[in-house]
Amino acid sequence: MKIVVCVKQVPDTTEVRIDPATGTLIRDGVPSIINPDDRAALETALVLKDTTGATVAVLSMGPPQAEAVLREALAMGADEAILVSDRRFGGSDTWATSLTLASALRRLQADLVLCGRQAIDGDTAQVGPQVAEHLGLPLVSYVGSLRPEGDRHLIVKRMFEDGHHVLRVQMPCLLTILKDMNTPRYMSAPGIFEAFQRPITTWTLDDLDVDPSQIGLKGSPTRVKKSYTKGTKSAGKVYEVDPREGARIIVENLREKFII
Amino acid sequence: MTDHLDAPHQLLLQMLRDFVETEVRPKAKAVDEEERFPEETVRQMARYGLMGIPFPKEYGGAGGDNLAYTLAVEELSKACGTTGVILSAHTSLCAAPIYEHGTEAQKQKHLVPLAKGEKLGAFALTEPAAGTDAAGQQTTAERRGDTYVLNGSKIFITNAGYADTYIVMAMTDKAKGTRGISAFIVEKGTPGFRIGKKEEKMGIRGSATCELIFEEAAIPAENLLGKEGGGFGVAMKTLDGGRIGIAAQALGIAQGAIDATVAYVKERKQFGKPLSAFQNTQFQLADMQVRTDAARLLVYRAARRKDARLPYSVEAAAAKLFASETAMEVTTKAVQLHGGYGYTREYPVERMMRDAKITEIYEGTSEVQRMVVSAAMLR
Repeated sequence: MKIVVCVKQVPDTTEVRIDPATGTLIRDGVPSIINPDDRAALETALVLKDTTGATVAVLSMGPPQAEAVLREALAMGADEAILVSDRRFGGSDTWATSLTLASALRRLQADLVLCGRQAIDGDTAQVGPQVAEHLGLPLVSYVGSLRPEGDRHLIVKRMFEDGHHVLRVQMPCLLTILKDMNTPRYMSAPGIFEAFQRPITTWTLDDLDVDPSQIGLKGSPTRVKKSYTKGTKSAGKVYEVDPREGARIIVENLREKFII
Repeated sequence: MTDHLDAPHQLLLQMLRDFVETEVRPKAKAVDEEERFPEETVRQMARYGLMGIPFPKEYGGAGGDNLAYTLAVEELSKACGTTGVILSAHTSLCAAPIYEHGTEAQKQKHLVPLAKGEKLGAFALTEPAAGTDAAGQQTTAERRGDTYVLNGSKIFITNAGYADTYIVMAMTDKAKGTRGISAFIVEKGTPGFRIGKKEEKMGIRGSATCELIFEEAAIPAENLLGKEGGGFGVAMKTLDGGRIGIAAQALGIAQGAIDATVAYVKERKQFGKPLSAFQNTQFQLADMQVRTDAARLLVYRAARRKDARLPYSVEAAAAKLFASETAMEVTTKAVQLHGGYGYTREYPVERMMRDAKITEIYEGTSEVQRMVVSAAMLR
């Protein structure tokens, strides 16, 4: 089985700050990480590698520095890494990105494509399903667990807020994975040193069968009209008192604000 | 302070920090209080290739270098001095001498499982009457046919009981003094070899420190490490490398205490403001960090010299001397900055202060390091 995992390099949003003047992310000094859902997708692939002998390739589209997340994926145990990188891809929205990734995936010919459910920076959850659409692959999104059945099928659990579906899906197919599905392994020390001795394949627009008018900022139908930061609410006051005193304080405050 | 590291070492650091926060830090307090050897952590370290960092892949290692190994001991020790010394003793004192002095057959048989972490290693030089004066060895090894028969005892042996493979120094010819000492690879389960009393220690309490007893313990002659009579040289070279490991442990303890203190002084308020707003706190912290950074440069210098196959014995002694005394000073200040709370087990700094002390003593006391450094100056 050949698995390709799509990974995105994202800023660690737990450490990100917003510029209050412009409403944009301050990316300076913020570490870049593998998007958490994508990391879970990679772990899912590596478990299949451990149990079935599958091969695992990681695919990322991004600027040259996205190479860092591919090294990390190699250090976790991926066999091969491909970076799709070209200045002409800059400004791609989910449409342009999914067309580009679909083209790369056509070259890679995977039995199973795994994507994270969504990225913590864009939060669209669109790229995985769009890639499946472009490639005409069966799609199961929000996957919480999976197991192979024979050589050609997977039994997957698709998670909903109030339940789940158990589905049997034929490969080749594309799944989007939830980060709660597993606890990704650490990189290993031998894996780290080996990752820097292995090549990372880089593909530009010229290596792909994608229409240049459909990519980059020009090919992207999405436009950001406005972005803004929600005002922060005050932390409120905490009283540590008995219930009777608590009730009195609440009533007093409601009266002060003319609510009652 | 880590900006000067190359990309592989930076990535290793990222892995180590993830590993330590999840696998090591949450257990450090219990490991100390219960004097519990963290076996499950050692198994996890083996799984991720941390038990053989500086050894080539063909010997089961990670294919890294001594700088990488130093980073690992440092990061582990930031959270848990016990876990740091387990790795240091295993790597520097047991696997390294087999790698450096062993025959190809010895490497295949003993180094490969050690570097893979399938086996744990220990090193036995110290005896009741032979500590700093290592030449006063009483343990004997007598050649009988295809075996050497060991008699005597060793004390203060790190990883004892949990280790599978021991490098043991013994006298093959008492008349020759240090030139009569030989090094042997002794396996757990050898008849006549047993573990004696376990020490109750002030710090690094989760690390097992025990006596080894040899009573007519016959080991195959092929387990002689290096030449007969060459044991003292093996031991001294091994300790040179070991000092880098202990220096890294001390460095980690110092930085761990600083990190804990920085967090504490921002939270704790006295006289209506956080401790961090007092100039005394600020100046103390600055001194602690600058001194620790200086120690780090010495430690990395020694590791890099070893990696470059340059002489590093003096640099390792300097690094261990300065890093261990820094750890003691910094952890003492960390407790002071924590005030009364720092003296309680609610905060980790008292443990770090107890753990720091041993780094000035084992694998050559500070006094021995001063002898090594000054001897090179006065040559």
